[in-house]
Amino acid sequence: MNKWTRDQMAQRVAIDIPDGAYVNLGIGLPTMVANHIPSDREVVLHSENGVIGMGPAPAKGQEDYDLINAGKQPVTLLPGGCFFHHADSFGMMRGGHLDVCVLGAFQVAANGDLANWHTGAPDAIPAVGGAMDLAIGAKKTYVMMELLTKSGESKLVPACTYPITGVACVSRVYTDLAVIDLTRDGAKVIDMVEGLSFDELQKVTAIPLQRA
Amino acid sequence: MFNIRTFGSVVNHLFDRRFMINKICASIEAALADVRDGATVMIGGFGTAGIPDHLIEGLIAQGAKDLTVVNNNAGNGDTGLAALLKTGRVRKIICSFPRQVDSHVFDGLYRSGKLELELVPQGNLAERIRAAGAGIGAFFTPTGYGTQLAEGKETREINGKHYVLEYPIYADLALIKAERADRWGNLTYRMTARNFGPIMATAAKCTVVEVPEIVELGTLDPEAVVTPGIFVHRVVQVERKLTQAGGFKKEAA
Repeated sequence: MNKWTRDQMAQRVAIDIPDGAYVNLGIGLPTMVANHIPSDREVVLHSENGVIGMGPAPAKGQEDYDLINAGKQPVTLLPGGCFFHHADSFGMMRGGHLDVCVLGAFQVAANGDLANWHTGAPDAIPAVGGAMDLAIGAKKTYVMMELLTKSGESKLVPACTYPITGVACVSRVYTDLAVIDLTRDGAKVIDMVEGLSFDELQKVTAIPLQRA
Repeated sequence: MFNIRTFGSVVNHLFDRRFMINKICASIEAALADVRDGATVMIGGFGTAGIPDHLIEGLIAQGAKDLTVVNNNAGNGDTGLAALLKTGRVRKIICSFPRQVDSHVFDGLYRSGKLELELVPQGNLAERIRAAGAGIGAFFTPTGYGTQLAEGKETREINGKHYVLEYPIYADLALIKAERADRWGNLTYRMTARNFGPIMATAAKCTVVEVPEIVELGTLDPEAVVTPGIFVHRVVQVERKLTQAGGFKKEAA
């Protein structure tokens, strides 16, 4: 089966980020979206540790660990960027000021429930960070994940079996096989990897799909 | 009109010394001398940025125990907050993200049941701290609704949206790292090292700040002061230390 690479997934997300958008990219896979935003678009990146107008990683040797992103990696500040404290930063999310938030996920349910903070394993140390705030804060919450687990199970599910991060908060899922909108009327496939048929996609996906 | 001379002479009479606010402490030892066992201590910082390493070392040396610590994380490597945890004097930690690649000190204590954890979504942590400093009794937040972290908490539907009731987090002591201070305790910060500093400063009975630079009153641009000195009680000048990387997996060189 053909699959989009992680870079191709990031590129696919980036296409849908409109000019002028204020965006938060989650830790991990979503961070890669920043590398693919078309150069003719001005997109402002927010990081929950208190920076907006975040630029790319600094050149080697130029790292300053007082200027980091939510993943604690060194970043740069673009002209016009600024700093603020944590309560303001989360007010930007909770208050609905961010246009788009892109997050990773363990599972997404048909109704948009998101599970991405805890596997629920009894010996796992729980850590939530800003995941729950991000999930419900932005105008649009997108998820970026492989459609299937390593053992081939669908991560799009009728109901999450992992502890959830937010209720009915995901509006679109970008996977390595397809892009799927989660709407009140059901899950609609808006894009598929080349060479994949709708029936093949439905066969591996645990929720009913519709052609957009 | 208020007459500063008259007021000054009254104060002179009362305290037999010149009236002058001076929050600058000669040493960390002096700044932390009165920390009590059982205190709730807010510690600024996100990852390693903004961690008041000098003050944490001072708290370790001071020896207070049975502490509740509020920080976003639970220490990196073996220094700073991790070193404080290692002393075994912390009973409970309130944080949002304890699990990191280099949080082995926390991991060990938590798994062996020696450290209690209250896990709070990061935005709720920030807002609970802000609420404490702003005199808010409690607030309804949408964050966490319907999740494990809201279990047992009061909820309410307001205009069709669901919210969870969250209470403030008050502290006895806040330890904060800033960039510049004056003797009134006005503060500026350095980039994302600001993080929790400004809100923690408002939420503690006693806010102690370490800064590499102390300036004359009137030097800080009043338009750019981030934490007004009213929220700050003690300032200690420390040697500038370069913030080290922490909390993430370093790529192979």
